[in-house]
Amino acid sequence: MTDWTNICSLEDLVPDTGVCALVEGKQVAIFRFGDGETVYAISNYDPFGKANVLSRGILGSIGERPVVASPLYKQHFDLTSGECLEDDAVKLEHFPVRIENGIVQVSSAA
Amino acid sequence: MSKKRIIVVGNGMVGHNFLATMAESEKASEFELITFSEEPRLAYDRVQLSKYFSGATAADLALTTESEYDDSGITYLKNEKVVEIDADNKTITTSTGRIEGYDKLVLATGSYPFVPPIPGKDQDHCLVYRTIEDLEAISASAEVSKTGVVVGGGLLGLEAANALKEAGLDTHVVEFAPRLMAVQLDEGGGNLLRHKIESLGVSVHTEKNTKEIVAGEECRYRMNFADGSHLETDMILFSAGIRPQDELARQFGIDVGERGGIVINDYCQTSEEDIYAIGECALWDSKIFGLVAPGYQMAKVTAAHITDTLVNLKTPELAFKGADMSTKLKLLGVDVASIGDAHGHTAGSQSFVFSDDIEEVYKRLIVSADGKKLLGAVLVGETESYGTLLQLMLNDMDIPGNPAALILPALGDEAPAGLGVTALPDTAQICSCYDVSKGDIAAAVQGGCCTMGDIKGATKATSGCGGCAALTKQVMDAELEALGVEVNNDLCEHFAYTRAELADIIRVKGYASFKDVLQGHGKGHGCEICKPTIGSILASYKNEYVLKDDLMPLQDTNDIFLGNMQKDGTYSVVPRVPGGEITPDKLIAIGEIAKEFDLYTKITGGQRIDLFGAQLHELPKIWEKLIAAGLETGHAYGKALRTVKSCVGSTWCRYGVLDSVSMAVALEHRYKGLRAPHKIKFGVSGCTRECAEAQSKDIGVIATESGWNLYVCGNGGMRPRHADLFATDLDDETLIKYIDRVLMFYVRTADRLQRTSVWLENLEGGLDYLREVVIDDKLDICGELENDMTRVVGTYQCEWKTTVESPEKLKRFSHFINAAEEDNNLLYVRERGQRRPATDNERIELVELTAEKH
Ligand code: SRM
Ligand SMILES: Cc1cc2nc3c(=O)[nH]c(=O)nc-3n(C[C@H](O)[C@H](O)[C@H](O)COP(=O)(O)OP(=O)(O)OC[C@H]3O[C@@H](n4cnc5c(N)ncnc54)[C@H](O)[C@@H]3O)c2cc1C
Ligand code: SF4
Ligand code: FES
Repeated sequence: MTDWTNICSLEDLVPDTGVCALVEGKQVAIFRFGDGETVYAISNYDPFGKANVLSRGILGSIGERPVVASPLYKQHFDLTSGECLEDDAVKLEHFPVRIENGIVQVSSAA
Repeated sequence: MSKKRIIVVGNGMVGHNFLATMAESEKASEFELITFSEEPRLAYDRVQLSKYFSGATAADLALTTESEYDDSGITYLKNEKVVEIDADNKTITTSTGRIEGYDKLVLATGSYPFVPPIPGKDQDHCLVYRTIEDLEAISASAEVSKTGVVVGGGLLGLEAANALKEAGLDTHVVEFAPRLMAVQLDEGGGNLLRHKIESLGVSVHTEKNTKEIVAGEECRYRMNFADGSHLETDMILFSAGIRPQDELARQFGIDVGERGGIVINDYCQTSEEDIYAIGECALWDSKIFGLVAPGYQMAKVTAAHITDTLVNLKTPELAFKGADMSTKLKLLGVDVASIGDAHGHTAGSQSFVFSDDIEEVYKRLIVSADGKKLLGAVLVGETESYGTLLQLMLNDMDIPGNPAALILPALGDEAPAGLGVTALPDTAQICSCYDVSKGDIAAAVQGGCCTMGDIKGATKATSGCGGCAALTKQVMDAELEALGVEVNNDLCEHFAYTRAELADIIRVKGYASFKDVLQGHGKGHGCEICKPTIGSILASYKNEYVLKDDLMPLQDTNDIFLGNMQKDGTYSVVPRVPGGEITPDKLIAIGEIAKEFDLYTKITGGQRIDLFGAQLHELPKIWEKLIAAGLETGHAYGKALRTVKSCVGSTWCRYGVLDSVSMAVALEHRYKGLRAPHKIKFGVSGCTRECAEAQSKDIGVIATESGWNLYVCGNGGMRPRHADLFATDLDDETLIKYIDRVLMFYVRTADRLQRTSVWLENLEGGLDYLREVVIDDKLDICGELENDMTRVVGTYQCEWKTTVESPEKLKRFSHFINAAEEDNNLLYVRERGQRRPATDNERIELVELTAEKH
């Protein structure tokens, strides 16, 4: 059974931006994609820049894939899978995330 | 094998070009290069000599430096004239008595100004126009003169007249012939040129033969003419033609022409096989070539000949076959061009004339008897078609359609007559200064060049007189298109527009949000390229708070938290220090805040203070304190105005002529917060010593005795560029007006992340065009540009002040949205009394420790 952690209310997420949450010791970047209820969660750690910053990147799309661009060196990460578009060998952890009664919830079980 | 010694007599434009070609040659190591210069300095750009009067220094004009020669292994002796040649023993002797042997001798002694043998010509204020020393003498004389006369109404004479006029003299041109520029222009062209020049306030006197120069009554001198009339003047500048400097050849048995000039063959050899002559001193086929391009061609031929003859003879011979003397230039602001047989001397030739007295344009075409080939042309007042016409003539191409169409103005929507560059053969010479052909440019494009800057770097085209810029760009674009590179200037996959186009769309439609722009003109969700670009354009025009909910997602790495992100994810804090001026109290406040938050502190390269290592949650606290101390955001994070660097100026400095600090502070306050395609930096210096390095800034301002000189589009950074002198002697108000216009025109038309330097280099028409837009308001947009700037100035806010006053916004400034903890990945080491991020090696320990915890 998935173990959901309450993070914040959906209202706390400005459309098309991200925040970082601490979920059972892990830094998770949570993004609100568009101004609706679409949210994604991947690891906050940028393996190229070696810093916990991905939640501060710009959101966008490459083809059909929703992505975040790292604020340090601009590599793109697929928000649904954590894959790096520039480097096949790199895949970040991604996390189940949902909205329940206006509350954003994340599961640390990747 | 010992090296062959090559001695070059004269280090002028052509001598230098020869040396540079030799030094770059594959066989450079086989030669020892030595040059003697009679002048006190190494080669400089004589073609641009007149720029000296608009502020260019000897260093600006220099074509090389001593260290460049040292690096290339070229030995040079300045102030040392060669006075003897011993062709039998292959030695030369100099004015200091030095004797040197050579294997090959190259005479590149140029020419000297001809001064007609008029009694009284040798007085103090009777000068010539050829060297930097001449210009210094002219400047000095102009300072104590009110009226100036140029003797000679040719190309150089008119350039000299311009210089006198700029120096503020009441200027006259005295010409022996019945019209100006008799060599290049026909009667119609000469008359229009005269009319235009006279309306600029320069008096022209034709058919005047000066008999004597005597003491004047109202002025220093009086010139008496053969027809009984006279003219009073304080100074006289002779520009009555040039004579080849062939003295050495004449004295030491080398053949010279009847009317002067060292006779050369197709390989530039003189009557002595091992002695060459190149440039203006050389006479080929009874002709002297008084332009730099043919000289460069001779230099190339000679270098090829010397390197081949001394080694082996494999490569096909390169020979000098004469040169085209067509010219295009701006004289006293009037566009003038002359192509080929401008006078219609060719037997059976016919001509077409177009003359428009209202627009003041005169054009004449000379075509062959059958009307198919272009032989020559004269253009005055409008020279846009110069490139096309020149190519038609040089390549002996058939005139497309009716020749008259080539000079008739385009009416209505019709495309102007002409021919596309695609019609040119690959061998067509595009840049004559550096002999770059269409094929060379095509090859450069195939090799990956796709900007004018790239082409310039790869082929040197446009880096001489610059006259070939328009044509070079056309060739480049056509080649790019032919390669299928489909000159794609789309911003990204979401917008099929350039940044400039998007800026127009947003301005005209008045869009205020990314969403509207995307819906109207784009697709997908946007990305890290189009979002900040559009965010920046919106900011340039609307200037709203950048962290407003719908603007925030557009902000790049630094803007989104109003700080520069460092390698470990922390931020730097840079308060604005306008003009670099700061009170002790503010310094103390900064010091105390830095101490409290243990921030690494450094004076930046931009005259302010950077505090590093602030975590997200600390930023608002730090800024609250800075704001309380009277400081505001420095926009170090934005593509926006950064710093206005100043020198201390007239307030304290014993040399300062204007108050550079006050001006810098005023400019920084005016433009702070202006978001632009890239960052913008200013410098303001209080005098010409230039301690603020204004000429390396996007906008540079330098004080002079008579006002501010404005320089534009300089750059430090990865590819430094000296700023160009844009306008001189401005009062405060005009200075600011011009800066407003330049900056807003840049905001409108530049590409994304294009500094002003690159922008100007890619701006078609370059500096002249920018002047036309900004000073003459050619596009009739200056009013709009000023309004746009007024809006930005009027809506300024310190973004940090707005932020610390907004509890909603402050929520984002913590590492975790759901916990008070800090980022556990930060690790610091102390060095020289301050903290800095740990290096990867220093971190290893920490990583192991955290791993253990799991
Ligand atoms: C802090 C500072 C270095 C210092 O310790 O002195 C600095 C730091 C950075 N510079 Fe710089 N530059 C600093 C003065 C300069 C100068 C000197 C000057 O301004 O007189 C130059 C050359 C002058 C010029 O720009 O023409 C300079 C040319 C660059 C360039 C190259 C720009 C170019 O056109 O070639 C970049 C890269 C870019 O902008 O794309 C750059 C980029 C950067 C960035 C933003 C790199 C980055 O992406 O992290 C650095 C971060 C700043 C920060 O974290 O605060 N920095 N940088 C200086 C801040 C000055 C200030 O008070 O704002
Ligand atoms: C104001 C001005 C504007 C011009 N504008 C243009 C233009 O727009 N387009 C164009 O194509 N051309 C222009 N020209 C012409 C162009 O500058 C010349 O064609 C070019 O400089 C010729 O180069 P050169 O090396 O042959 O001669 P120079 O550049 O004159 O160099 C000759 C050098 O040799 C030195 N020298 C002479 N004798 C000796 C000796 N015995 N020992 C040692 N050194 C010696 C001289 O002092 C001089 O430094 C202009 C010239 C002037 C003066
Ligand atoms: S530029 Fe001139 S005024 Fe300014 S500090 Fe230097 S010497 Fe003084
Ligand atoms: S023609 Fe002079 S730079 Fe190209």
